[in-house]
Amino acid sequence: MKAMKKWMRLVALLAVLGVVAASCGSDEESAGADCEAGETDGDLAFFNWSEYMDPDLITAFQDEFGVTVTEDFYPSNEEMFAKVSAGGTGYDVIVPSDYMISILVSEGMILELQKDAIPNHVNVSDKFNDPPFDPGSVHTLAYQWGTTGIGVDLGVTGPDVPLTWGLLFDADLAEEYGLSGRISLLDDPRETVGAALKYLGYSLNSTSADELAEAEAVIADAVSRVAAFDSDQYSELVVAGETIVGHGYSGNFLWDFEEGESEYTYFVPDEGGTKWVDGMAILVDAPHPCTAHAFINFLLDAENGAQLTNYNWYASPNAASEQYIDQEVLDNQIIYPSQATMDRLEFIEDTGDFEIEYTDALTRARG
Amino acid sequence: MAVDAPTRSPGDGPPVLEGTSEVATPGLEREAERAKARQGFLLGLPTIVYLLLFFVIPLGFVVAYSFATRTRSGRTELRDFNLDAYARLGDDIVMTVAWRSLWMAVVATLICLVLAYPLAYYISTRSPMVRNLMLVGVMIPFWSNFLIRTYAWRVLLDSDGLVTQAFEFIGLGDGRILFTSNAVILGLVYGYLPFMVLPLYAAIERIDWSLVEGARDLYASGWSAFRRVVWPLSRPGVIAGSILVFVPSFGAYVTPAILGGNKEGLLGSYIVLQFLSARNGPVGSAVSVVVLAVMLVATLVYFRSGGKNL
Amino acid sequence: MSKGVAKSTAEPQGFSRWLLRGHSLGVFVFFYAPIVVLCIFSFNDSNAVGNWNGFTLGWYEALFDNDNIQSSIWVSVKVCVFSTVIAVVLGTAGALALERFRWWGQKAFDAVLYLPIIIPDVTMAVMMLVFFNEAAGWLDWIPGIDLQDGLEKLVLSHVAFNISFVSVVVRARLANLDASMEEAAADLYANRWQAFRRVTLPQIMPGVIGGALLAVTISLDDVVVSSFVSAVGGTPLSVFVFGMLRKGVSPLVNSVSVVMLAASMALVLASLVISRASGSEREER
Repeated sequence: MKAMKKWMRLVALLAVLGVVAASCGSDEESAGADCEAGETDGDLAFFNWSEYMDPDLITAFQDEFGVTVTEDFYPSNEEMFAKVSAGGTGYDVIVPSDYMISILVSEGMILELQKDAIPNHVNVSDKFNDPPFDPGSVHTLAYQWGTTGIGVDLGVTGPDVPLTWGLLFDADLAEEYGLSGRISLLDDPRETVGAALKYLGYSLNSTSADELAEAEAVIADAVSRVAAFDSDQYSELVVAGETIVGHGYSGNFLWDFEEGESEYTYFVPDEGGTKWVDGMAILVDAPHPCTAHAFINFLLDAENGAQLTNYNWYASPNAASEQYIDQEVLDNQIIYPSQATMDRLEFIEDTGDFEIEYTDALTRARG
Repeated sequence: MAVDAPTRSPGDGPPVLEGTSEVATPGLEREAERAKARQGFLLGLPTIVYLLLFFVIPLGFVVAYSFATRTRSGRTELRDFNLDAYARLGDDIVMTVAWRSLWMAVVATLICLVLAYPLAYYISTRSPMVRNLMLVGVMIPFWSNFLIRTYAWRVLLDSDGLVTQAFEFIGLGDGRILFTSNAVILGLVYGYLPFMVLPLYAAIERIDWSLVEGARDLYASGWSAFRRVVWPLSRPGVIAGSILVFVPSFGAYVTPAILGGNKEGLLGSYIVLQFLSARNGPVGSAVSVVVLAVMLVATLVYFRSGGKNL
Repeated sequence: MSKGVAKSTAEPQGFSRWLLRGHSLGVFVFFYAPIVVLCIFSFNDSNAVGNWNGFTLGWYEALFDNDNIQSSIWVSVKVCVFSTVIAVVLGTAGALALERFRWWGQKAFDAVLYLPIIIPDVTMAVMMLVFFNEAAGWLDWIPGIDLQDGLEKLVLSHVAFNISFVSVVVRARLANLDASMEEAAADLYANRWQAFRRVTLPQIMPGVIGGALLAVTISLDDVVVSSFVSAVGGTPLSVFVFGMLRKGVSPLVNSVSVVMLAASMALVLASLVISRASGSEREER
């Protein structure tokens, strides 16, 4: 009994310590000194998705401005958020996606950009200049964008496949094309549950418990035919012949299709799907905000933006870049979907408390 | 490490009290005991301080988080302390996930034990030079990189992988092993086998073989000599190894994701999902705290009982 | 304790002897199978890991051109060395304090020492992340501690879990060791330190080495805690590779692995040769 009490006291003490320490945590928003266009204030720390940046562009920036760029990588928005939300990481520029941008803004974690220091911000296409997740592009400027859809090995299925999410979820289609055990879904609650919602004809930002339950049932039914829930290797799996259809992001599929020996395609199903934009943002506690502004400006340069798209095969939101982008990239409907396709796409939006429901739905569906 | 270098050793009483030895002895013993206790405490002190600073206090944050509140945007705020997160642990989904993880971890641990014991035994009967070489041989593959190794297994286990073909050839199952729970167990066994081999080796190597010799004279059969002498003497190694394998297997999430295709929820993935995707710090912390508490109690109970059943 | 004499008793005879040998060989095949695959595919002339497309040394060239990977290798090596050394010292001291002494608070310490082992990786990662953020201010007064430094954060958190792994292995060794030898030695030598160095340490050495090997392995392999704790420019290899996997595993990661393996093997062989030289000297005496 006595020992028990002692433990309780220790736990209580630690809890109190935690509260005190947390309440001392820094919440002050640094005003951020004014930066001139092209001004630098030290070496840059860039936190980015892996293989999302042409190393030659980094070198060019270093040469032009005489600073060193350190680039670290993150595998998902969530991991990036977990890390930078603790503060004091020393990173200057990050590249979060749409819904993550709205979270970062509401948490006061990214700076308002000083547009004077980024004269190239006028290059960003009107379509991306006032996104729903960052009205008025106050905090971010678009970096690259793309879609989420389905990659198919046409060598196995034959050239005519129905352009539907049913390829992932429908038992009859799986039977018809021999897909059982050869399907991969993204291991991402919002994307995967979102695809099921779209398949059912709902919005992928639905906050209706009934619709979510239906989507959960669709995925639960498909699980026995799914080989893997995978957010990293979906395109390699298709190319290696391990899967026939995969759920994933446009650029990655294109990149890997080059390696394969079969015929492949990628499409956004007719029911509609996800479009996403990654934006460049500067952390509130960035040690070198001026270099960060200069870097963003550098990447928004017409030719540099084109170089980026020619390198990673994701679409450029930079209107001025278009004339420098390779024609084969511009003509590629996978990278630059038609207007008709675009109209069916939705951004993933932050649903607040409902995020928990999405996560639970996917966990339950897996059994 | 030389925190304390006292010149007094247990049993050296001050000689002045000789005349009253009968009365004084208990006091002296107590004093000697106290001196020894102090030495032990001082020896452990740096470790205690380190763990207090860089483990117990951080752990306090997680405990505090588990009673905290998630804001709408997914930040954990240390206010309005409540038990909501713990209330969610009774959900069917958490239970299913927990039982499945437990089952997988137990199977992986048993397989590791069966594979590692004979190997550790064999190693400890070699000459010192060969012994060291073999031990290092056990460790070297694990100095490459966990992720890269696991991806290499993927190549062996996929549809036309070597292992899959070999299994098909000898008629053991058909189709790929990748993305099944067998692949997950294989990955766990591979990943944590050295954690079993090392403590087992450390325990077996230390056995006084003259005891075994005596036992063989007594029982004649090598097997009963093993069962009655070697096995009991190696038990500390068995316990240590089992814990070292069981625990990471129970919380694993990288291996199930890469080799199992993440089809069945496991506890490790559940915690990751709560912390990262749902940004639900309180529930993620509550699951962690409960897992930690259960494991700690199980471990301690196991030690108390002397681990008789392993 | 004459091991040479008893060796014949230890090793089973006849059929079971061959069984034992075959089993050990089999386990080693199991250990090295993926390593062989990994080596072969590091010479694969293709972007994808799985399909063989011809021989190339291109991935090694790419590795030597890639400054990011090289610096992350150095980060890993440094973190591994520092954290192992500290953890071995602290872990061994802790094990001795628990096994050889009785003192107040011992039970609590015993329990706490197990916690880092039984805590899920990701929980440890989150708690270190939160802690380093909250504690950065009020720990800076300790000389030598700079929580803004990515490398230092990595070392501190690796030591936090490695202490326990070392102490478990050392304790397994200590548990059945005869303490009377140490006590006799304590009487013989002037102080406990000498007794420790001359008698206890040589006896527990296999445990200490085993613990150190374990610590090296865990430190090099850790992805989860490191990826949460690492900061600018302090990205260890495992975290770097984790990031690379996102956009596909290229055989570049295999070549990294092969180089790491070759380097560690060379290091280990060198130390074995050295210890053998000094060891045989000691035996002759």
